[in-house]
Amino acid sequence: MRTPLLALPLLSALTLLLAACGSQPPAPEQAASGVESRTPGAVAVESAPVTQVKPEAFDAGSIAALKDPRSPLSKRSVYFDYDSYVVKDEFQSLLTAHGKFLSANRKMKMLIQGNADERGSREYNLALGQKRAEAVKKALALLGAREDQIEAVSLGEEKPACTESGEECWAKNRRGEMLYTGEF
Amino acid sequence: MKFNRLVLACAAGLALCSVTARAQLTVEITGAGANRLPVAIADFTGERIVAQALASVVRADLERSGLFRLVDAGAALADSATPPFEDLKTRGADAVVGGSVVPGADGRYETRVRLSDVPKQAVLGNPAYLHSGAQLRATAHRIADFIYEKLTGEPGVFSTRIAYVVKSTGRYELKIADADGANDQAALASREPIISPAWSPDGTKLAYVSFEAKKPVVYVHDLASGRRHVAANFKGSNSAPAWSPDGKQLAVVLTKDGGSQLYVVNADGSGVTRIATSSGIDTEPRWSPDAHFIYFTSDRGGSPQIYRIASSGAGLGNPAERVTFEGSYNVTPRPSPDGKSLAFVARNGNGRFQLALMDLATKQIQILTDSAKDESPSFAPNGRMILYATEIGGRGVLAAVSSDGRVKQKLSVQAADVREPAWGPLVR
Repeated sequence: MRTPLLALPLLSALTLLLAACGSQPPAPEQAASGVESRTPGAVAVESAPVTQVKPEAFDAGSIAALKDPRSPLSKRSVYFDYDSYVVKDEFQSLLTAHGKFLSANRKMKMLIQGNADERGSREYNLALGQKRAEAVKKALALLGAREDQIEAVSLGEEKPACTESGEECWAKNRRGEMLYTGEF
Repeated sequence: MKFNRLVLACAAGLALCSVTARAQLTVEITGAGANRLPVAIADFTGERIVAQALASVVRADLERSGLFRLVDAGAALADSATPPFEDLKTRGADAVVGGSVVPGADGRYETRVRLSDVPKQAVLGNPAYLHSGAQLRATAHRIADFIYEKLTGEPGVFSTRIAYVVKSTGRYELKIADADGANDQAALASREPIISPAWSPDGTKLAYVSFEAKKPVVYVHDLASGRRHVAANFKGSNSAPAWSPDGKQLAVVLTKDGGSQLYVVNADGSGVTRIATSSGIDTEPRWSPDAHFIYFTSDRGGSPQIYRIASSGAGLGNPAERVTFEGSYNVTPRPSPDGKSLAFVARNGNGRFQLALMDLATKQIQILTDSAKDESPSFAPNGRMILYATEIGGRGVLAAVSSDGRVKQKLSVQAADVREPAWGPLVR
């Protein structure tokens, strides 16, 4: 089928459609908290004590914590060794935080996307990414997340976090990414 | 997922949208056969009346195959004229082709061809073709197929098509082109990856994996209409489609029951059946041409290797037979069209991924390439060449190598990554 004249408007429509598909709701902005500064009036009739507003302690179980850089819940990547789908010990505390969160927030759903580095077969890498996603899912289930809250899928080698060739970059690509409702 | 409806709308938009080409595949010959048959293809009389030259397309086809050496034929030669045999003998030609293009009353053309044996001074065949001006290239490919088959005894593949994926910045296109890289058209364009295209045996459809739904889903796409349907979209990942030889079923890899495992579905997406079980990865299924076996990649033995299972009576107790034993990484099995050999990708000691060919009777393996990042081999339907993806200078290109390793070609597109080639079936 050749539609050279139609192609351009169709394509832009397509781009918009796809953009709509791919768009994520903007992240809720964190309210800035800190000391309020006031210029004293020329005639100070009353002197009010300057109070210091303490930073709000974050609630580790709240949805806002997912975006709070101070919360472990804001960290979403688990990295793997070459040709391996074993979750390393160093990610246990991160997975514990997410497992507890899912257990406490039954309405939240998670999509785990497994990824692989570029070496070798695309389809085998897709399967390897799936194994990684499932290893993360299994760890979360052991920590109290329910089966119906989590879908494990693979992006194989198709969505690298880093695009250069070399072990430093490949290590960043062998990963599982945890996305919550509204992020996928 | 809450975006399901939107995704479907996008999918409809995608399917309707076909884009014309901007960058064509160019084919460069990088190696040729040892004993090339010397053949003279004269200009056809009357071919100047159509805008494009015809004989030059025939010559390019034959030369690209690596099996022929072109000998200068001198002046144009009509199909009805007696070739200058003595002169051609001195030039070293074993065969000669003459032809004529005659316009008909309805705006179409009749092209008549005569292929002759030079030493014997005998006619080997004289077919005729009725075609429009737009079908000139297609006619030239059919003439090349005729010459190829007469002189080698195997069917020619110049009239076949290839599918491949072109990745440019933020954009993936599933393209279909003639086997010589001409006439490329995009069947699908997407911002998300497209992998694993597979031709239906009748050449009218492609099955492939698209990530437009933020996860891999298998589609079947009708090329003439641009319409497509979901063939597998279960919980988890859906990938690696392979057509059964009768075109009625697809072997696919699903993870709905945990882990990448092999299933068969009807081409319309109905009737899913699991065909093998392992605790590890099973993927990349391919039917043998006689439909008796399904070859696949599995890490059930500790490293990825190629196995096969009987497809008849396939079920959960069906034992798999290991096919590859050398090395620690053998993947992507592709049985040859005659079922006698198996192309696959092997990781060698120095970490290079190379195209390999196993003789299934003797289990002997030949490494066919000297590159390092070979992927996705695909046999030409006559089994003579294997098309595959590799990397040159950090860029994805397609390459082809003959099954004896002698003839080599490189197919590339300017300023884009080309990958995931699939050679279409013979068109009769």
